[in-house]
Amino acid sequence: MDYQVNKKGYYGEFGGAYIPEMMVPNIEELENRYMEIIQSYDFKQEFVSLLKNYAGRPSPLYFAKRLSEKYQSNIFLKREDLNHTGSHKINNTIGQILVAKKLGKTRIIAETGAGQHGLATATVCALMGLKCIVYMGAVDVERQAPNVKKMRMLGAEVISAVSGNQTLKDATNEAMRDWINNPIDTFYIIGSVVGPHPYPDMVARFQSVISEEMRWQLDEQVGRENPDRIIACVGGGSNAAGAFYHYLDQEGVELIGVEAAGKGIDTSETAATITLGTPGVLHSSRSFLMQTDDGQIIEPYSISAGLDYPGIGPLHAHLFKTGRAKYLWATDAEVLDAALELTQLEGIIPALESAHALAVLPKIKLSPEEITVINISGRGDKDMETYLKHFGY
Amino acid sequence: MNRINKLFQNKHERILSVYFTAGYPKLDDTVPVIQELVKNGVDLIEIGMPFSDPVADGPVIQGSSLVALQNGMSVHKLFDQLKDIRQSVDIPLILMGYINPVIQFGVDAFCQKCREVGIDGLIIPDLPLAVYEEEYKAIFEVNNLHNIFLITPQTSDDRLRRIDEASSGFIYMVSSNSTTGAKEGVTDFQNVYFERISKFGLKNPRLIGFGISSAETFRNACNYAHGAIIGSAFVKALGTDLPLNEKVSQFVKTIATEV
Repeated sequence: MDYQVNKKGYYGEFGGAYIPEMMVPNIEELENRYMEIIQSYDFKQEFVSLLKNYAGRPSPLYFAKRLSEKYQSNIFLKREDLNHTGSHKINNTIGQILVAKKLGKTRIIAETGAGQHGLATATVCALMGLKCIVYMGAVDVERQAPNVKKMRMLGAEVISAVSGNQTLKDATNEAMRDWINNPIDTFYIIGSVVGPHPYPDMVARFQSVISEEMRWQLDEQVGRENPDRIIACVGGGSNAAGAFYHYLDQEGVELIGVEAAGKGIDTSETAATITLGTPGVLHSSRSFLMQTDDGQIIEPYSISAGLDYPGIGPLHAHLFKTGRAKYLWATDAEVLDAALELTQLEGIIPALESAHALAVLPKIKLSPEEITVINISGRGDKDMETYLKHFGY
Repeated sequence: MNRINKLFQNKHERILSVYFTAGYPKLDDTVPVIQELVKNGVDLIEIGMPFSDPVADGPVIQGSSLVALQNGMSVHKLFDQLKDIRQSVDIPLILMGYINPVIQFGVDAFCQKCREVGIDGLIIPDLPLAVYEEEYKAIFEVNNLHNIFLITPQTSDDRLRRIDEASSGFIYMVSSNSTTGAKEGVTDFQNVYFERISKFGLKNPRLIGFGISSAETFRNACNYAHGAIIGSAFVKALGTDLPLNEKVSQFVKTIATEV
């Protein structure tokens, strides 16, 4: 089975580049040049060096002893939360800003939900001395205030998107409109494995460092490269794509993505796109979407601002359709319990997004000899207000 | 013969095409707006199918789309509203919208419905040329529907030729690097681009759209193409409080007194 993108930009029936003519020159240029750029010696040198010396990679693979005891199995945590800026997002923004520079672009735009991708973009823009504009839904600007302040301190302009539900989808619309209006000097750093081809593939490649490291780290610690199972949360799906990437062809490794069910998959306040969605086109690619019969996009809901996206990366749609990966869901309530559990068993406060991956532990069968890796995509600093409100500390 | 071809056969200059969002300002305004536009002498009408995420549109059409959707507009509803439109309207009618609602309706069923109610062409900005040719062209042609492609100041010569080859009604020249309605007035940069395209030797006629909002911008566009398309400025006018017939007639008069 082939899980890589094909020449036309599709994963099976999903993906593609449904872009308006105004975006064609930029997307064509990127499509024609991204592989040559990211496979060049210069690029690789700089990318690897920045990941190591700037972002702090490799991120540790940590054997969670007390969590393992509780679930009577062997659970490892891939600590993306320890990266510079607090999540896996930095892997991608370092890669894309190097591509942008090679393409001679001087102005960077990005969308952000929880603010983690915006923060990671603002950070690399400061590092490279490029102008940075981050679009963020007005609701998210409100609920992720600390990240907004950090982005501004880093020199980025944060523009509040006031259309639609004022969350991630609307921020993405605004960023695309910005690119249409500024096609010459601007590069759009997309934060997840979504958008038109070649973005899903390019972002997956930049995030694939996660599973690349997992292989040698597991080999070093337990004497084999393959775990029995990998679990990661999915919104657009970039941390999951990175955690799955080098295991896609290892069919013996079970891959589990966890969607945000919000208040429950039987309510209208949910973001479980694969569980509840149907195929369609949003943000220039064909995938599963939360939509009405008329093809209007339904505004999703999740307690975590990073997962309330009404679509999902086309790679995940394909992994679901082919049965290569399983997609489960976790509700807000289950996620809060899981976050508290990890905090008190291991001394790690995870991001709300990452806590979705932890929240399915009670729902799946784990055996004592199995090895499970959970991708802790980000840390919980940005979510303290939500945690404190719910737990009352 | 398709009404679009007939129009360009009979009229070679100052063609005025007007866009509005179906179901705006009120759900049942779709047909009255068309009839008033016809009464006031416009040559072609683009009926916008509202979409929740119109990435190629600026604030005015985003706003009208949102209102239309809140009014209960849908593709099914639109076909219901248009079912007898050919009893009163002879000019070419085009549906303009995004690909997802068309896919959900079913591309075959959608195109058959267009043919049934008398639609002459489609403008779907996020349906790319390559996908159109591979998956949609045959269905469009069977139903006598022209697919109208956009070109922009950034469109390469090579691509211009390919688009010209694939076009059969007219070519929609986007006036600047912009979403709809975003830029006002005319710049030298635009005129250089208009000039380049008018001398390019395209086989299809051209209409210029995006940022055409006044008699002056309309006149300027007509110097370089067969006519122009007005969208956001008209939608803005529809949002005012006057009676519908006055809104439409006043607007058309301010744009093109000689139409």
